[in-house]
Amino acid sequence: MKGFILSFRSEFYKTRKTMGFWSAVLLPLLLCLFVFIGFFYKSDGLINNSSMELWLKFAAPILGVMGLLLMPMLIIFIAYSVNSLEHKADTWKTIFSLPISKLSVYAAKYFYAFFLVFFCLALFVLFTIGFGNLLGVIKPSLKFSEYSIASILAQIYFKFFLASLGILSIQFLLSLLFSDFIKPMGIGFVCVIVGGILAGNSWQYAYLFPYSHPMMAMKALGPAKNGGNHPSAMPHFTVDLLTKDTWVSLVIAVVVFIAGYFIVLRKSVK
Amino acid sequence: MVINTQNLTFTFGNQTVVKSLSLQVPEGSIYGFLGPNGAGKTTTIKLLLNLLKTQEGSISIFDLDLQNNRIKILSQIGSLIEQPAIYLHLTGRENLMNRALLLQIPETRVDEMLRLVHLQDAAHKKAGQYSLGMKQRLGIALALLSDPKLLILDEPTNGLDPNGIIEIRELLMKLTGEYKKTVFISSHLLAEIQKMATHVGIINHGELMFQGSIQELEALSKPSVQIETDQAVEAANFLKKNNVNVSEVSDHHVFVPYTSKESMGEINAMLNQNGYMVYSINKQQQDLEKLFLAITQNA
Repeated sequence: MKGFILSFRSEFYKTRKTMGFWSAVLLPLLLCLFVFIGFFYKSDGLINNSSMELWLKFAAPILGVMGLLLMPMLIIFIAYSVNSLEHKADTWKTIFSLPISKLSVYAAKYFYAFFLVFFCLALFVLFTIGFGNLLGVIKPSLKFSEYSIASILAQIYFKFFLASLGILSIQFLLSLLFSDFIKPMGIGFVCVIVGGILAGNSWQYAYLFPYSHPMMAMKALGPAKNGGNHPSAMPHFTVDLLTKDTWVSLVIAVVVFIAGYFIVLRKSVK
Repeated sequence: MVINTQNLTFTFGNQTVVKSLSLQVPEGSIYGFLGPNGAGKTTTIKLLLNLLKTQEGSISIFDLDLQNNRIKILSQIGSLIEQPAIYLHLTGRENLMNRALLLQIPETRVDEMLRLVHLQDAAHKKAGQYSLGMKQRLGIALALLSDPKLLILDEPTNGLDPNGIIEIRELLMKLTGEYKKTVFISSHLLAEIQKMATHVGIINHGELMFQGSIQELEALSKPSVQIETDQAVEAANFLKKNNVNVSEVSDHHVFVPYTSKESMGEINAMLNQNGYMVYSINKQQQDLEKLFLAITQNA
């Protein structure tokens, strides 16, 4: 366990000055900032919206761009980035000759990639809420303060995270095996397009294909129901966290993690 | 013995890269592991570090079996394999700090290592901007960081200028002399190793051709008499006619196997009395480089 923690900290130390790490920070920051600027200049047309409508209009473009387009790309890039660090520096032989078990070294890298995606998605929640509230403060006519979207937003992004694990683990393994960018990127890109088409056309077996999962996660956002006896009588949303595609994603992540470890052991180091 | 391998054999596909290798590296030695490029040196080193799985034979380091004591053994080894493995986007100091973090080594040791390899002025420069020699020195600092008992260095002087080579040599001699470390160093150049090695192993096509102390290696080389004369070819023919064995003739020199001081004097007198001008005559140890070539080419 100590070896794992040390390796994990070292992963952070090594990547903190790379694009892989900063893309996980800049992507949510810039995306939320652009939508913030858009709202700021179009605030007049939004005054009549209810608080909840405002939040939904604010969060939806961010979610849409992120979930459908950018997230699979970000996952491919992060998986590549944490591995290419070692390929480029020719350091596999060094990290596997440290007095730390090979499993710890491998697992730390794997979970660090997961952490980066989690971190990025958590920042999306944080920045969406932060910029929304900031809008409410500088444009008091926009009634952002009357509704809290935090819980539902956190659930949606957590669902995204779970949905991304399958892709992430496959891309991680590809990037571990191939030292160039083209192969994992090319395979990933083609799969993302195929996954998008499958999920977009609601093919019944799309849940078995991990690259369809982010788009399917978007669809998991349940339809608005009338709150009924809800005190504010506002509609509320449900997020079905553990749908069958999420289970497939989790199973793939576990299987690929184990398979990857044996590949690393068998492959030794060139 | 610090390193002891028994019948180590390793095959890539159907090519046997290391054949039944039995290395014995005594404590406190600088063991020069020599062989031409492609002889199996790097593969052997990767086996010693458990980067490649042992297929046949056994490896014991510090009298412990490597397979069953991997972490314990690796914690006492510092290594540098081929070109140094350095994160180019980090500074020299950050590269050392990262390793110190992994091995739980205090920061003071990092600065100590930077001073040792004369990189303190470039400590905050990105390693990507380092010259080859600086990278090599950083690689050595990384290997020494954990104060290991055994250093395994694969061609550590590659890319260093003569000054750098001398520095490394002095550093390694100091480490074994004062700090009782053991150094296992591979090279394809005997001349580079000769000045510091206490023991030598010569490998070719994966097979160990020679193993022993540097004195034992030198004993294999037979001395000869080098005669500088105005008419080398004629002098050589003259000597042959007088039943003196001639081993080699060049434009200005004749080489005769050395037997004794007296016979050297007789040859000198004989040549002088018969009209050959002898400019110089001296006993010469056979070049170890030639011996190395002879050993590796006989395979």
